[in-house]
Amino acid sequence: MTEQVFWFFAAVAVASAVLMVFMRNPIASAFWLIGTMLSLAAIYFILQAQFIGVIQVLVYAGAVMVLFLFVIMLLNLGRESPDLRRLPGLLGAVLLIGVLASQVGPLAGYSRERLALEYTRSTSLANPDVVFDSTLGAAQATRERGVPGDIAKPLFEQYLVPFELTSMLLLSAIVGAVVLAKRRI
Amino acid sequence: MLLGPSLLVSAILFVIGVAGVLLRRNAIVIYMCVELMLNAVNLSFVALSQVHGLSGQVFVFFVMTVAAAEAAVGLAIILAIFRHHKSVDLRNINLLRG
Amino acid sequence: MHLPLDVLALALPSQAEVTAAAPEGLKLSVALIIGLPLLGFLLNGALSLWRPAAKTAVSLIGSGVLLAAFAVAVLRFRDLSVLWGASPETAPVVSLWSWLPVGDLKVDFAFQVDQLSMVMLLVVTGVGSLIHLFSVGYMRDDDGYARYFSYLNLFVAFMLVLVLGSSFPMMFIGWEGVGLCSYLLIGFWFTEKANADAGKKAFIVNRIGDFGFLIAMFLIWGAFGSLNFHEVFPRAAEVLPAGGPLVTAITLFLFLGCTGKSAQIPLYTWLPDAMAGPTPVSALIHAATMVTAGVYLVARANLLFALAPVSQTVVAGVGALTALFAATIGLRQYDIKKVLAYSTVSQLGYMFLGVGTGAITAGIFHLVTHAFFKALLFLGSGSVIYAMHHAYHATHSHEDAQDMRNMGGLFRYMPVTAVLMILATLAIAGIPPFAGFFSKDEILAFAFGRGEHQPIFRLFWAMGATAALLTAFYMARLIAMTFFGPNRTGEEEQKHLHEAPLTMTGPLLLLGILSVAGGWLNLPEFAQSLGKPELLHHWLEPVLTAGVRASESLGTLASLPQGRTEETLIGVAVALAVIGLVFGFVVTLRAPTVRAHDAPAEVGFWKVLYHKYYVDELYDWAIVQPLVAFSRVVLWQSVDQGTIDGAGVNGAARFSAALGWLGSRLQSGQLTTYVTLFLVGVLYVLGMVSWR
Repeated sequence: MTEQVFWFFAAVAVASAVLMVFMRNPIASAFWLIGTMLSLAAIYFILQAQFIGVIQVLVYAGAVMVLFLFVIMLLNLGRESPDLRRLPGLLGAVLLIGVLASQVGPLAGYSRERLALEYTRSTSLANPDVVFDSTLGAAQATRERGVPGDIAKPLFEQYLVPFELTSMLLLSAIVGAVVLAKRRI
Repeated sequence: MLLGPSLLVSAILFVIGVAGVLLRRNAIVIYMCVELMLNAVNLSFVALSQVHGLSGQVFVFFVMTVAAAEAAVGLAIILAIFRHHKSVDLRNINLLRG
Repeated sequence: MHLPLDVLALALPSQAEVTAAAPEGLKLSVALIIGLPLLGFLLNGALSLWRPAAKTAVSLIGSGVLLAAFAVAVLRFRDLSVLWGASPETAPVVSLWSWLPVGDLKVDFAFQVDQLSMVMLLVVTGVGSLIHLFSVGYMRDDDGYARYFSYLNLFVAFMLVLVLGSSFPMMFIGWEGVGLCSYLLIGFWFTEKANADAGKKAFIVNRIGDFGFLIAMFLIWGAFGSLNFHEVFPRAAEVLPAGGPLVTAITLFLFLGCTGKSAQIPLYTWLPDAMAGPTPVSALIHAATMVTAGVYLVARANLLFALAPVSQTVVAGVGALTALFAATIGLRQYDIKKVLAYSTVSQLGYMFLGVGTGAITAGIFHLVTHAFFKALLFLGSGSVIYAMHHAYHATHSHEDAQDMRNMGGLFRYMPVTAVLMILATLAIAGIPPFAGFFSKDEILAFAFGRGEHQPIFRLFWAMGATAALLTAFYMARLIAMTFFGPNRTGEEEQKHLHEAPLTMTGPLLLLGILSVAGGWLNLPEFAQSLGKPELLHHWLEPVLTAGVRASESLGTLASLPQGRTEETLIGVAVALAVIGLVFGFVVTLRAPTVRAHDAPAEVGFWKVLYHKYYVDELYDWAIVQPLVAFSRVVLWQSVDQGTIDGAGVNGAARFSAALGWLGSRLQSGQLTTYVTLFLVGVLYVLGMVSWR
């Protein structure tokens, strides 16, 4: 059952992404991207990353994409003229994309067992349960502190410094965005 | 579980994002494709966090934060460019031509 | 009557005196002999640049160094003759420094003073000194006085290097050097294009000969592994199979060099043009010394030539042909110097006939006597031209001062010069007992003698005899047209014609004495009553023994005919000379000569002679024009401009520009380009990672 749901949302995500790339109206592209993101949120839920799924909807789909839409509407961009790229450039781009696909494609063949194999660099079968930590997966941790609590522990203990640094980052981003977008400084 | 398929989806989304960056001319659409790529990577992180532990999800957290900040600044830049060139068509923006 | 040469024998120092003096003093002597003229060149050169008006200083330096060199040579002569008396085969070699130690080749900057060199040395410095003294008077009014003497001194220095060199490369230095000085001096008055062209022509034609000399040197080096005389000649008989292709090739290439330097067929065309230079230059370089370098070369390498009878025949044949050919041209020339130029070519032919027959002594003998009387003839004509110039200058006339048709009856005005020139003419014609008779007669006799084994030499003898007849004829014509008959110079000019000053006539007198007495150097056997016979022959013997031995073994030894034959030959020779002189004199004076100005154009065969058989025109059409065209079209336009400029220089620049253009395409300013490149990089990294 889980798998079918997963594949459904995966298909939606991919379809939305393709449509986003080929839409000529930027607003339409933005909407299809939102579609992709929502599908991805669903996938996150299936993958037992509920907190991230919620954050995805709230921050990405809710804030970032809204910002995009604001800017598109502010610039009042209409439909684009048709031509994509000239043929030689097009062929070159397609070629490169093909190469990239061939490089990244093999990722599909991975499983926990194989990963364990590569992780320990051993030649014979390895037991993934032994290789990877017993606190594997979000499922087990959720029983103790609930979903947000799971994330909070490493976030505020191990990764405290990066956390504080991101607040600095956000501050500088705000200042930067305001300065750049001003008409007169 | 579902590790392989998730990684496959992630790869596909990433490739689509790259295609968009290479093929489109509108600066904002290109930027959206970049966001798509980031999302694909996020999916990858989340899928692997099932195996490796919660650090994957924490990292996704950070990626999202940075993506948000970056979106804000990037769009501000595009706004500034638009004010100057009156268009966001990348073909016309080549001041760095050498 | 026994002449003073016996006195010389008394003056030779004793054995003990000399052995003590040998190589130490020799090194200094050689250095002085060559260094003094070189020093003269430098000093006069400096003076010509900074104080060209200091003519007295230049005269003193210029003539002084040469007289000093002559004095040193004479002193050395006395010492060395005894040294050689003791061990005739060894010629002392004086090495100044190591010059070319390259791999297996070791050539030092070294000189050797042997009997042959000594003869040449005395001629060069002796006659050279006289000509320098003559030049003091002749060139007095010229602005380039200092420059003239510096070049002249340099020439003597190089000529001495040539005759004293102890190896082929050393000789070649002198060879090239005299070519250079010849060029400088022929084109002395270079502001006239014709003079500069003549200088160029001399140098370039010489170069063709030099090419032959170089090839010969390469062959010698290949065969012997050395280029020093004292290492090549003693081993020549073993290394080179007698009569074989290698030795024939070597000698023929050497002879090619000789045809260039000594103006034989086919490279003689530069010598008549060289008359554009000052007359003393013509006397020194183109009569007495430089042109004789070729004869010296054949004499020096006589062993090699003896081993190659084919080459000997070629040398003798070319010599005889040139002698005859040039004599015919001389019959119809009107410029006094041109007549003498062709006469020189012809006499050089005689010398080659001599050395080609194997009669080295005869050839050298003629070289020496020719130096005397030809220098006298040239300097005498210089006197005449000097007077004519002054006459025309005084009346502001533009007539040619050298054209004999403008002269005539000058005996009255310049008796000393006239008498001396008549003496020289008698000498060159071969009237006994003047110098030329003995030398020329000896050459012809040897040619006839060799004709016993090789009949072709009889033909050469006939050509030589005919040339002798023609020589007498045109020389008599010259004397008649210049000094006798009515004067054609003009009423006004006659008042300004006078004898040359003493500085000029003095040397003429000395040369006159030598022309008369020179024959005593090598009296033939039958003239024993006159003096000690065969002096020169005995003197040169050590240099010639090896060659004589080789010729004997090959059956080509030249021998003097004896008895009846000898007397007949002499009779024929003298008869031809007398007939030629008489006819020349009478025929010239009978038909009235017209002034050059009004002279009618030549016709028929005379026209061909006057135009020197059109050889220069032929060379120009066949060789010069194609070369110039080839150089212009192929070498200049195609190779130089097209290939080297176009592909090489410009091509390299365009290639760099293209590369730069390619590079600049990367900086398109387009975001998409940059992203694409970025992606390519990422793919590369991915590829590396996944491939591992």
